Amino acid sequence: MKKFLLTTLATLALGTAAMAEPVKVGIAAEPYPPFAAPDAAGNWVGWEVDLIGAVCAAAEMECVITPVAWDGIIPSLTSGQIDAIMASMSITEDRMQTIDFSNKYYNTPTVIVAAKGSGIVPTAEGLAGKILGVQVSTVHQDYAQTHFSGAEIKLYQTQDEANQDLVAGRIDATQADSIALDDFLKSDAGACCENVGAVADDPAILGLGVGVGLRKGDEALKAKFNEAIAKIIADGTYDKVSAPYFASSIYGG
Amino acid sequence: MLEALVEAFPTLSLLAWEPPGWGANLIRGLVNSIQIALGAYALGLLIGTAGAFGKLHGGPVTRDLLAIYTTVVRAVPELVLILILYFAVTDLVNQGLVAMGYARVQISGVAAGIAVLGVVQGAYSVEVIRGAILAVPAGQLEAAKAMGMPPMKAALRITLPLMLANAIPGLANLWLIATKDTALLAIVGFAELTLQTRQAASSTKAFLTFFLAAGVLYLCITLLSGVVFGRIEKWARRGQRGSGAGQ
Amino acid sequence: MGPARPARQRGGAMSVQAQPRFWQRHRIVMAALAALGVLLCAVYLRWDWLPKYLPLIGEGIWRTIWLLAVTSVLGFLLAIPLGLAQAAGPWYLAAPARAFCTIIRGTPLLLQLWLLYYGLGSLFPQFPAIRQSELWPYLRQAWPYAVVALTISFAGYEGEVMRGAFKGVPGGQLEAARAMGMPRLTILRRIWLPLAIQRALPTLGGESVLQLKATPLVATITVVDIYAVASRVRQDTFIVYEPLLLLALVYMIITGMIVLAFRWFENRVPSRVA
Repeated sequence: MKKFLLTTLATLALGTAAMAEPVKVGIAAEPYPPFAAPDAAGNWVGWEVDLIGAVCAAAEMECVITPVAWDGIIPSLTSGQIDAIMASMSITEDRMQTIDFSNKYYNTPTVIVAAKGSGIVPTAEGLAGKILGVQVSTVHQDYAQTHFSGAEIKLYQTQDEANQDLVAGRIDATQADSIALDDFLKSDAGACCENVGAVADDPAILGLGVGVGLRKGDEALKAKFNEAIAKIIADGTYDKVSAPYFASSIYGG
Repeated sequence: MLEALVEAFPTLSLLAWEPPGWGANLIRGLVNSIQIALGAYALGLLIGTAGAFGKLHGGPVTRDLLAIYTTVVRAVPELVLILILYFAVTDLVNQGLVAMGYARVQISGVAAGIAVLGVVQGAYSVEVIRGAILAVPAGQLEAAKAMGMPPMKAALRITLPLMLANAIPGLANLWLIATKDTALLAIVGFAELTLQTRQAASSTKAFLTFFLAAGVLYLCITLLSGVVFGRIEKWARRGQRGSGAGQ
Repeated sequence: MGPARPARQRGGAMSVQAQPRFWQRHRIVMAALAALGVLLCAVYLRWDWLPKYLPLIGEGIWRTIWLLAVTSVLGFLLAIPLGLAQAAGPWYLAAPARAFCTIIRGTPLLLQLWLLYYGLGSLFPQFPAIRQSELWPYLRQAWPYAVVALTISFAGYEGEVMRGAFKGVPGGQLEAARAMGMPRLTILRRIWLPLAIQRALPTLGGESVLQLKATPLVATITVVDIYAVASRVRQDTFIVYEPLLLLALVYMIITGMIVLAFRWFENRVPSRVA
């Protein structure tokens, strides 16, 4: 907070109009623990929220966290309602046609979670004839549609809804980021289910990691985010932010 | 009594005002919903009044444009209109500003919500107000004209009060639609009551408790509005024959 | 759908006032501008995704119409007892019917839908018996919840209309039937119900359009209607406006068909007492 105030004062002292404008960082308006979720007091908390604070402090920017529906997060960016996306958005070729990305700030494996004792394995044969839930417009949707064409693929607006339907037994399995699913498995509701393993890697679909989504041509902001990400990794802030949430670094290779 | 209830249904404690209860969040959402509903309703009435006069007294082009507006808005789902207006309008505004050399503006969620729902409300209130004006007995206006009342004064003193009584049931209905349509803004991620409820429910997994609680809140608005509009109608019909009689 | 369409004429009376011609000069200009707009949309906007998604779009439209038809019919059938109970039932039937209509009309459909889908969904894991029951293959899918939510919503709104319709049937008709010694059920079936439905008919078209406009909400519980297909296109391709424009067009066409169908239907029903 203190640091935020300092940066605000610094920008005020500089007095440039462009810098006084706070950067609106969009996050998905749906709970995605442990990355970002609202708490009972109405504040957004989680690793990604803390990371936004750290990145903005390192870049000496004033940032405002703006929740936007995942469904409309890219149009919100391109139409100027937000300036950057930090919502666990994977860097993909498809998205690169519409928006730009900073360097990655984390990369974790993709796993399948199914009901305990279901005998489902994370392969095309193991999932044939099963109902697999994935979040729309994610790398997981692309991956499932490419590699698990034998399964019935059900699309959800949020991973949270897919998890709920897995608990309710409406789908047989769900595929998502290992961290998000680990968090779900640790919750009371997740007691029904287990991690049945990681899917085979496909770098063309899964491999680029998660980056900050930016408007095309917003090179100044992109440079700032890249510098800030490199800086917090170098000076240990990244690990400090991650320590309360994860046992090991999720920056990935 | 309250304690016994909470003991029987432990999830009720999640509705408490202070965290870990989510009550304050729900009320914040409710306030947002009411704010947007009020704004959209007011904007809708403005559009509706202007549109009704345009339909009654405007030239052929105005009338046809208004007909297209009311037809299209009433034929396309609010959800689709919200998405189109929410993204397209902010995009167009910003593209226009950038083209003219200004910086982008941030259109707040509240303003966008009010604008979008107001345009939807406007299409319905045009018809309500037009119908109410048409239902004003012609004799009343003729009498005013015969007395030498100027048109502006006749509109204010005769048409407006008389048409208000006719318009109130329709306008009450529109207000209820406005409050319920705010729920659609949940789809674009605006933190009104339905989205707040949804977030609280997914975070705590107490779905039934939160959805039922939100239902009660919406119902309170509806019932309260019913009472208020009933009073207003009684007031607007004061002095009219048959007021206060059943129906 | 021109606004200059003459009002439906009753009893064959000719209207004295001549209707203005539809193709007035300003309308020709407006039509030309509209055609130009459509042409510009077709040329400058991106439609290359259309062939790939055409089968999905077809399925989506079919599901939307199916949902609309099934829930309107079921909802109307449910509205008849709801209206009758409120208009003529004893208090122990009238009060619950009235409460039902008030609650359904007083809360957003989106909330009702989520309450059914996620609220009930969160109960299922607590009762393993449900998962073993024969109903489970249906309960597991999303469309039954959509059908139930849309049906009770339609019933809630139309139940209120039917209440007024039952009350509005002229008492003389019923008295005449009673005087003829008709049994009560027969009066209901042959006189009261047909007359009430006839009175409610003009509102049905409008209610059906409102019902159509409510259907896209089911996309939020994973039912793949035309709205969900358009969302999918938007999310797959990041094209924002084109799928939404197509969506608006589809809904306008369906609305137009509903309006025409009801106009045709109303013209066929004799309306001497209406």
